[in-house]
Amino acid sequence: MKTFAENLFGEDDKLKSSVLADGELDTRHGPILYMEDVSVSFDGFKALNKLSLYIDAGELRCVIGPNGAGKTTMMDVITGKTRPDVGSVFFGQTIDLLKMDEPAIAQVGIGRKFQKPSVFDALTVFENLELALKADKRTWQTLFFRLSGEQRDRIGAVLETVGLSAFAKERAGILSHGQKQWLEIGMLLMQEPKVMLVDEPIAGMTHQEIERTAELLLSLQGERSLVVVEHDMEFVRSIAKKVTVLHEGTVLTEGTMDEVQNDPRVIQVYLGG
Amino acid sequence: MKLLTLASQDKTCTTVLMALAAVTFIIPLCNLLTPADSPLHFSAYTVSLIGKYLTFALLGMSLDLVWGYCGILALGHGAFFALGGYAMGMYLMRQIGTRGVYGDPLLPDFMVFLNWKELPWYWLGFDHFGFALLMVLLAPGILAFVFGWLAFRSRVTGVYLSIITQALTYALLLAFFRNEMGFGGNNGLTDFKDILGFNIQSEAVRSVLLFLSGFSLIGAFLLCRWIVNTKLGRVVTAIRDQESRVRFLGYRVEMFKLWIFVFAAMLAGVAGALYVPQVGIINPSEFTPLNSLEIVVWVAMGGRGTLYGAIIGAVVVNYGKTVLTGLMPEIWLFTLGAVFIVITLLLPDGIVGLLRRKLQEQHA
Ligand SMILES: Nc1ncnc2c1ncn2[C@@H]1O[C@H](COP(=O)(O)OP(=O)(O)OP(=O)(O)O)[C@@H](O)[C@H]1O
Ligand SMILES: [Mg+2]
Repeated sequence: MKTFAENLFGEDDKLKSSVLADGELDTRHGPILYMEDVSVSFDGFKALNKLSLYIDAGELRCVIGPNGAGKTTMMDVITGKTRPDVGSVFFGQTIDLLKMDEPAIAQVGIGRKFQKPSVFDALTVFENLELALKADKRTWQTLFFRLSGEQRDRIGAVLETVGLSAFAKERAGILSHGQKQWLEIGMLLMQEPKVMLVDEPIAGMTHQEIERTAELLLSLQGERSLVVVEHDMEFVRSIAKKVTVLHEGTVLTEGTMDEVQNDPRVIQVYLGG
Repeated sequence: MKLLTLASQDKTCTTVLMALAAVTFIIPLCNLLTPADSPLHFSAYTVSLIGKYLTFALLGMSLDLVWGYCGILALGHGAFFALGGYAMGMYLMRQIGTRGVYGDPLLPDFMVFLNWKELPWYWLGFDHFGFALLMVLLAPGILAFVFGWLAFRSRVTGVYLSIITQALTYALLLAFFRNEMGFGGNNGLTDFKDILGFNIQSEAVRSVLLFLSGFSLIGAFLLCRWIVNTKLGRVVTAIRDQESRVRFLGYRVEMFKLWIFVFAAMLAGVAGALYVPQVGIINPSEFTPLNSLEIVVWVAMGGRGTLYGAIIGAVVVNYGKTVLTGLMPEIWLFTLGAVFIVITLLLPDGIVGLLRRKLQEQHA
């Protein structure tokens, strides 16, 4: 388990310097990510209803909830895809995410894996990872970009981690659903975000792959903060310390897996009461 | 490295490049070295015709960058070609000097005819070739920048973007038709005499222009090929396939689109600048929306997203056009329409796709 972390974010993590100057992300006095009273409506339908969520630095949080609970919409709001009607979303104490667009939010250190695996089919697996690699992402810098040996090694390490080394030169389009999931997780790792939003990572994976995913996510906590949305309760149990249950766009309850699973309201929601 | 391996893997591409190099070097050489009655001597008409095809090929290739690689179906690309052409035309007009019908040393004929006393400010500097060349790049480049900045930032995409690009070229068409604009109205700019002091009608100049057209095309091809194989090229491809996903990786999609759009507009401008001295005229009809649609047909016909496909398409379609308009001018447009429909339905990857399949079958 430790090897993952060492592989990926080992000592010589020189790529760390980014758009964000050190110290700009102030998490000393609280959570790394917080949403407060966020509401989103689509044609009158409230997908999020006064949702509040606080994620601590280094925490691995699982978010569960029935279909349509608003889990994906929550990630859409955090990453700038959807603008909430009201509410506030902050990264650290000072960075107001609602004032930023998607690329700015990504550059500041919030990465996302989509529910439907979305990789670039026309590009090779290696190129997919290269695009995600944390680097200067402006046009001219991208035009003249050359992979350093170090960066190449990092891509190699991530390929290893996600088990796609043999596919490095293949087009991503030929991958299976499960492999695309892995590739997208790999892309997330390449971005080295401070917060990783992971939407349903294990759909289409074999039992073995699921175990590896759990291992990987666990190895990342501490260094990164993670928000993992998943329906598979067994999987959630295997990684979760703290679980948030969403229902109808708002937090139903929060606690350990045992606590929430024994919560009568949660049981009622899941049994479709 | 990658460029070389790609080129060697792709027979069609290599063949196209060889053919281009042959045309670029052999025709001008033959014409400069052999007497006019030699069988190796090409007629002035042929030389200019081939030169024209080469500029169209460059134009088509620049659209392929935007459409084939970045997925922006720009239906106003001809406008940039025309602007480059006008910039060159303005230089050529200033070269006429006192040899115009009215013999005015400063003003082109049409301005004298309009009773203008002074050269408008935007004509200043065009007597310098270097300045004109700069404008060949800047005029289309700046227009593309302003247009793209507005369109891409407000995330106009797909069919809406296509429509406003058509509107753009149509607006320019109307503007350039007006005499008061100072670009010669519907007659445009013509009756050119010299380029850099050499008689523009002379065979040597025609040969040199053909050479320059071919040379620019090959150079631009290699440059484009390099660009699409850089990381920027891959970002652009990614934008074509999944625009919004690219944003979540931290790339400013609008800036990448803008970059490629402006670059392609400048290439189109260069094509226009090479075209005008070879055909001897530039007029507002170059802004016709239909022209821009034709470029799309060239690229679709050749096979988009390959660069050299656009070259093949431009040459094939224009050769067809030359032949057909010679025989039966009235059926050209119908043929073009029919060709487009057939390609869309039967040959989604164009001629290049067809050739690739044939080659694969041979290998299998
Ligand atoms: N763009 C949109 N337009 C209209 N309705 C939307 C839109 N996006 C989401 N919704 C609705 O908002 C609700 C919440 O959707 P969301 O995708 O966030 O649920 P979820 O918790 O991720 O569900 P699942 O477990 O099925 O992925 C759903 O009822 C969905 O139909
Ligand atoms: Mg969802």
